[in-house]
Amino acid sequence: MSKNILSVRNLHVKFVLRGRELHALRGINLDVRDGESIAIVGESGSGKSVLNKNFIGLLDQNGFIPEGEIRYYGMGDKLRHYPGAGSDDNGSYIDLTAFKKKEDWLRIRGSEICMIPQDPMTSLNPLKTIGWQISEALLLHKGMRGKMAYEETIRILEDVRIDDPRRRYKQYPHELSGGMRQRVVIAIAIACSPRILICDEPTTALDVTIQAQVLSLLHDLKERYHLTIIFITHDLGVVANIADRVAVMYAGDIVELGLVDEIFFDPRHPYTWALLSSLPQLGMRGEELYAIRGTPPNLFKEVQGDAFAARNPRALEIDKRELPPYFEVSPTHYARTWLLDPRAPKMDPPAVIQKLKELGKEETHHG
Amino acid sequence: MAEPLLSVRGLEVTFGSRRHPFKAVKGASFDVYPGETFGIVGESGSGKTTIGRAIIRVYPVSAGSIRFHGEEITGRLPHAKARELTNKIQMIFQDPMASLNERAKIDYIVSEGLLGRGLGKEEIRERVSEALNAVGLLPEFATRFPHEFSGGQRQRIGIARALVMNPEFIICDEPISALDVSIRAQVLNLMSKLQRERGLTYLFISHDLSVMRFICDRIAVIHKGDIVEMAETETLFRHPLHPYTRALLSAIPQPNPHTEKNKVLEIYDPSCHHYERDVPSWQEAEDGHWLYCNQEEMKQARQRLK
Repeated sequence: MSKNILSVRNLHVKFVLRGRELHALRGINLDVRDGESIAIVGESGSGKSVLNKNFIGLLDQNGFIPEGEIRYYGMGDKLRHYPGAGSDDNGSYIDLTAFKKKEDWLRIRGSEICMIPQDPMTSLNPLKTIGWQISEALLLHKGMRGKMAYEETIRILEDVRIDDPRRRYKQYPHELSGGMRQRVVIAIAIACSPRILICDEPTTALDVTIQAQVLSLLHDLKERYHLTIIFITHDLGVVANIADRVAVMYAGDIVELGLVDEIFFDPRHPYTWALLSSLPQLGMRGEELYAIRGTPPNLFKEVQGDAFAARNPRALEIDKRELPPYFEVSPTHYARTWLLDPRAPKMDPPAVIQKLKELGKEETHHG
Repeated sequence: MAEPLLSVRGLEVTFGSRRHPFKAVKGASFDVYPGETFGIVGESGSGKTTIGRAIIRVYPVSAGSIRFHGEEITGRLPHAKARELTNKIQMIFQDPMASLNERAKIDYIVSEGLLGRGLGKEEIRERVSEALNAVGLLPEFATRFPHEFSGGQRQRIGIARALVMNPEFIICDEPISALDVSIRAQVLNLMSKLQRERGLTYLFISHDLSVMRFICDRIAVIHKGDIVEMAETETLFRHPLHPYTRALLSAIPQPNPHTEKNKVLEIYDPSCHHYERDVPSWQEAEDGHWLYCNQEEMKQARQRLK
């Protein structure tokens, strides 16, 4: 097993809104391994974007971290003199929650951890050519200019599979299609040669065909640049392609974490069941598609017990009172549900999940 | 088979100036039968939304005909006739965040189509609350503003706004693309329920074939303004004939890590056609399965079907 590059320990994030406190992240624990791609899946409002904004210091002004650590191991000893520096059995780290100033963040942002925002329409500068925007990243992070920066930009444009890069270099964002623009945004991220690439729903605004191409591009780049990818999405269907591991988030907490096979073929948390069951790919025409009832809990109030219990038609009595711990399903698979407690009544997952399970068995049988 | 509710023949929509015309739709022909869900699938810029808007008379039609209940609805119509059509044909929009008037309360948003039609206040209120009820929203929501609702609820408001006119035919332009996966299911279920209860006919426009497989009875695939293939949903999924359809099908993300990781993407390259000598036309490959192709491709397609 490879080493951790990022380790989130008991992270809490709160926002102050009109004098009230919103508890957006409620004690996240997550290890991200070097070179893996991990998907973070959840509905809007589950806190998946908030979690990732912490990694690059882009938390909104009214947000703060009352508790918790984010250990980043990618810098080694370089930042020894920083207040958040330390070391554990995984190596030297720097605690990103200790960063206060913008200058501190500039050491991390871009060159170490980079983010691809959701909407390529709004994240490019409409007044500059795309070549200029990519070389800017090269200048700031690698000090390249002139001919060297030009050649490097062309090479990166080729890497993100943009045809005729010398012509594209001189074009403006409005001349490109949505898929092309997303590639340019990826090119800017790659130009900084980061260790970790955070992709915040990079494909939701795109057509299905383009989405598939961008996903396969990310796959390639990951191998070529030895990237660690954190992939944020609400669509479990997309995850199967790109992820090695999947973390399912609900109401500011990770409810299930496992290898991608384990999440798809052997999910344990009722929320993961619900997410999978509501995929139209698994539905049959003429039948009702499974829909999750109700809305996510109000995070202005402290959540009692399992946050999903209120929307779970088969919740146990204890779910409403006490927060379940993480139960280990396998060394790589954890779920936060009382269903896994040995004392819990035996409950079969919904039919769709059973079907997926069968599918998984068949595959492993053949494979 | 029953009479088609909507019948589109050789529809062309042209934008731009006379000197630089741009044909967004190049001769689309299809029928939509009462009570069915007809899907149009294509990428952005393929002209699928343009077809929808031409039917609802937002865009002028440059050639071809659109018949609703057998009557021509393109071009200039008498005022009363145009009004009747707005009652019968309604639309649901893509982005529920952008398509609702932020400054108006829900009851006004939903009732707007009924205003100025000689209806009494009491009747309007009744129809609004009936429409809200039909989409599963509480009557007290009527006095709230759109920003107080979640994405799924807003899309329900958008559906209620269409329903309040008692339409027969609803054009759904990517109604669920902007929604979360879990909310998508709710909206899809609601749409099928309304269809069953009220005998609605849908024209469902989307880029996502996985959703269409779930909801549509028949699907037309459109590429750069040309409808390239049309068939019943299951037929289309079982025997996709046009290379573009195959590319679309291969791009659907499957919730199965094993097959996904070894997936081969088919990428459609229009240069695979040789249309210079052998001019393509709209032909029936098997019963109800239409294909835009030339003679040679039709031969290959028939081979494939055997």
